[in-house]
Amino acid sequence: MLYDVIIIGAGPAGISASLYTKRANLSTLILYFEKSSLEQANMIENYYGFENGIDGKSLYEIGIKQAKKLGVEVEKEELLKIEIDIKEGKNVFILTTTKKQYMAKAVIIATGTKKNKVKIKGVKNLEGKGISYCAICDGFFYRNQDVAVIGSGNYALSETNDLINIAKTVTILTNGEKAPEFRAENVNIITKPIEEIKGENKVEEVVFNDNSRLKTSGVFIAQGTAGSTEIAKKLGILLNGDKIVVNDKMETNIKGIYACGDCTGGILQVSTAVSKGTVAALSVIQYLKTQS
Amino acid sequence: MSVLKLGTDNFEEEVLKDNNKVLVDFYADWCGPCRMMSPIIDEIAEEKTGIKVGKVNVDDNQELAVKYNVMSIPTIMIFENGIPKKTFIGVTDKNEILEQLN
Repeated sequence: MLYDVIIIGAGPAGISASLYTKRANLSTLILYFEKSSLEQANMIENYYGFENGIDGKSLYEIGIKQAKKLGVEVEKEELLKIEIDIKEGKNVFILTTTKKQYMAKAVIIATGTKKNKVKIKGVKNLEGKGISYCAICDGFFYRNQDVAVIGSGNYALSETNDLINIAKTVTILTNGEKAPEFRAENVNIITKPIEEIKGENKVEEVVFNDNSRLKTSGVFIAQGTAGSTEIAKKLGILLNGDKIVVNDKMETNIKGIYACGDCTGGILQVSTAVSKGTVAALSVIQYLKTQS
Repeated sequence: MSVLKLGTDNFEEEVLKDNNKVLVDFYADWCGPCRMMSPIIDEIAEEKTGIKVGKVNVDDNQELAVKYNVMSIPTIMIFENGIPKKTFIGVTDKNEILEQLN
């Protein structure tokens, strides 16, 4: 089925957006996986309408219930990637989760900010010099070479899969996490914590906390789940640091893709997330009118 | 100015021997983010008539990609007197590039 809009994230921005798109009769699906930062907030005392405040978890759960009650489909599935297909001159988005593939005419990214950012020495300096965030984009440069993928979840395995036919060997570095179930001829797994990624002008080796080393030509970062930054980098969405760049209509540089909430930066409050979600939804409604 | 198709055959003549700033976009047809960057590069070429702008298809010109350590695309480089002076990796804001061309 081709949805009018798929929203990624079930926090205040994503849910608010869904309330407007659904009420405008757009078929709306919400995909979410990671915990919302709202869910982890103790007590919200500065949000309109709650005289005694409300705990974050309750507000978060009420939001999801409200969307479902209105008829919004809400699925807890881990998103692995978004691809763009152009049909009759219009962008159609294909979203792959660990379970299914979905298609949509428009996408709203409302994933919030990523909690488990990679904080390994050397990563920042070697970005674009052997450190990559996109196997499908950059794998090409590592043909028949040895590469590594940092991560241990489904997203890391998805990136590994994109590399095994290109690279000579792929080493999954779990950085202290449990080894994933994954077997392939040219894939190794190392679970030791990483100390540093080293290289003069480009990545040369990974140093582990026991001072052992792994020679490698490239390191692909895929820790945790695919957050807004990873999704954006793969699609070619303009970022400012790790925040998605949007205009006042919440449009990204890609036609049909919108972003709202904490992943766009600015003031990280429930009230601003609700507001940005509303604007994104109204823009999507307008955009789909021009597309039909 | 129109966007030049750059490759190993004309890179030296068009880029390295040019004393002015030359903007070079390393890309591939199969790279999604490159497709987002491409129209921005075209716009810059149209607006900045005094600046030479070219694109290198890394599939067809692997030597150039290797020579300039391109390991992630799109990569946009500004050459001056034959030397890469500024590199942008990934989709980059047009104004950020324009600032470096002034």
